[in-house]
Amino acid sequence: MIKLQTPTERIGGVSLNNHMLLAAGVLGTTAASLSRMLRLGAGGVVTKSIGPEPKDGHHGPSLIPVAGGILNAMGLPNPSQEFTEEIAPLLAAKEPVVVSIFGGTPAEFAKVAEWFPNAPAFELNLSCPHAEGYGAAIGANPRVVRECTEAIKAFGKPVWVKLTPNVADIGVIGRAAEEGGADAIVAINTVKAMRISTGMRRPVLRNKFGGLSGTAVFPIAVRAVYDLYEACTIPIIGCGGISTADNVLEMMMAGAAAVEIGSAVYDNINVFSDIAEDLYAADGIPAGEIVGCAHD
Amino acid sequence: MLRTEYLPEKSWGALMTEEHMPVVVTITKVIDETPTIKTFVFDELFNIRPGQFCMVWIPGVDEIPMAFSAANAITVMKVGDATAALFTLKEGDKIGIRGPFGNGFFPTGKVLAVGGGIGVTPLFTLAAGGEVDTFILGARTAEELVFADELANVTDLKIATDDGTRGHHGFVTGILDQLDATEYDTICVCGPEMMMKGVLDRLAAKGIEARGQFSLHRYMKCGVGVCGSCCIDHEGLRVCRDGPVFTGDIIKDSEFAHHHRGPSGRKE
Ligand SMILES: Cc1cc2nc3c(=O)[nH]c(=O)nc-3n(C[C@H](O)[C@H](O)[C@H](O)COP(=O)(O)OP(=O)(O)OC[C@H]3O[C@@H](n4cnc5c(N)ncnc54)[C@H](O)[C@@H]3O)c2cc1C
Ligand SMILES: Cc1cc2nc3c(=O)[nH]c(=O)nc-3n(C[C@H](O)[C@H](O)[C@H](O)COP(=O)(O)O)c2cc1C
Ligand code: FES
Repeated sequence: MIKLQTPTERIGGVSLNNHMLLAAGVLGTTAASLSRMLRLGAGGVVTKSIGPEPKDGHHGPSLIPVAGGILNAMGLPNPSQEFTEEIAPLLAAKEPVVVSIFGGTPAEFAKVAEWFPNAPAFELNLSCPHAEGYGAAIGANPRVVRECTEAIKAFGKPVWVKLTPNVADIGVIGRAAEEGGADAIVAINTVKAMRISTGMRRPVLRNKFGGLSGTAVFPIAVRAVYDLYEACTIPIIGCGGISTADNVLEMMMAGAAAVEIGSAVYDNINVFSDIAEDLYAADGIPAGEIVGCAHD
Repeated sequence: MLRTEYLPEKSWGALMTEEHMPVVVTITKVIDETPTIKTFVFDELFNIRPGQFCMVWIPGVDEIPMAFSAANAITVMKVGDATAALFTLKEGDKIGIRGPFGNGFFPTGKVLAVGGGIGVTPLFTLAAGGEVDTFILGARTAEELVFADELANVTDLKIATDDGTRGHHGFVTGILDQLDATEYDTICVCGPEMMMKGVLDRLAAKGIEARGQFSLHRYMKCGVGVCGSCCIDHEGLRVCRDGPVFTGDIIKDSEFAHHHRGPSGRKE
């Protein structure tokens, strides 16, 4: 198998300890759990998406492990502005933390971004499939994506824009983010999905539908990254169903400069260090040699 | 690279290839234990370790964590919306069960159990399996004592009530002070956090906090170690997956008895 070097250059404007970040919303609500994931080998961490008002999220069931993946409709629970205190020690320690934010309008995004003056970078959640008026509800509109990106780019920090796969042409949305000044594109968020409990004769999620993540969505994520690589010139962070070193390489070949991993912590909390053991070697090649190599 | 999985050998296995939809069970019996506590028996047996819990789906309402009080039962105290909805259910009604989840108790040698209020449930399965020598059971008042008769049959039972209506007049820690805790190899504890703190302080004073096994209660959404809503400071351990049972040395310097977080993640 191909072995890589750990990154020496910034990726999307952020210095990472390796090519793998913890994905938003997975063990990302407290500084303690984010620190734990850094200690366990994540090269960087993305926080839970923080919004303009505190939210309790949807009632349960809100997360169900299904064959090959995880179905969730958490409903963006988040502590809002109180998160500034929570995350302050990590930001002060200059850890590789990307602050994920969401809002219903560019102004709401900006309101939240303003709370984190020393964040190394922002990730805009324009892609959550199960929160009305937020996420994918606005992230499918190229004009809104561009405006939100511009609004946050005004803070003078790296801006990553996270996209939903639940659109006809993800390349169009990627280009809108690029036009807005994005430093990187993150793809993908969860894929809109549903399961029904046959015993109960009703949808298993209280929210009825939710988003699918984990192994089952990996081929969808690879396809999205491949399309974005053709459509855009800024770096792509591949996300969705990654759980092995070979998955990381495959994402890179599709065009990803780095990756995010979320659901794989369900099987293995040590997933980052386990992949790193397989992926890196002292005499490894720079990742740049394989990024996008699957394209003609 | 550093690997700090807490008690990996005790962690239950979960693989993404497996399906974990809620198991739909039918309630076969509802037992009134006290004015505010009911036991719901269902028609399915789960392979549990005492101290493990499940996520209980009350259709159209919510899904909440509950300790198993038997392989086919939960024992519930009415405290809010979801538990009130559960209380309206009768024989023949259906609920969904996901689990068993978490690491249960793992006692060795001579075992003391200390349970307060509804916290007795996970300890009851331990005692029913013959794993407890001495049991200190506490409640606000005699009427609120749960499982006292059953526990008296299988353990050396000592009772405390806050108002003195039965047994020792005062808290469970009052009885603990009359015992020599160092005689026990494992002290299993569940109850209100301040009560558990009282026990932990007494064990720590004798230098045996690592013999204490405390079942923690935190707000849970997923129950399987993914969402992060139950993580405790300062190590970021997941109560649902790395716990809910932790030894005293692990939680001594944690958020335990200081703070916890609500559904939005805000400190309460
Ligand atoms: C591992 C574990 C085992 C438990 N075992 C039992 C048991 O055997 N018997 C029993 O009666 N209760 C048990 N509980 C507590 C039970 O989960 C809560 O009482 C229940 O969720 C309250 O729901 P509600 O909607 O009725 O109350 P609410 O009005 O929502 O809240 C009342 C109180 O319950 C707590 N709570 C609410 N929702 C949750 C949640 N999803 N997760 C954790 N805490 C919550 C809140 O902090 C609040 O203080 C256990 C909790 C945990 C974490
Ligand atoms: C429980 C859970 C919560 C999530 N919360 C967020 C979130 O707050 N913001 C966000 O942008 N993505 C969120 N996601 C999506 C993930 O960040 C990721 O895009 C998706 O799960 C695919 O990656 P994976 O298969 O590695 O998990 C969440 C996913 C899960 C499973
Ligand atoms: S309840 Fe989701 S991580 Fe514990």
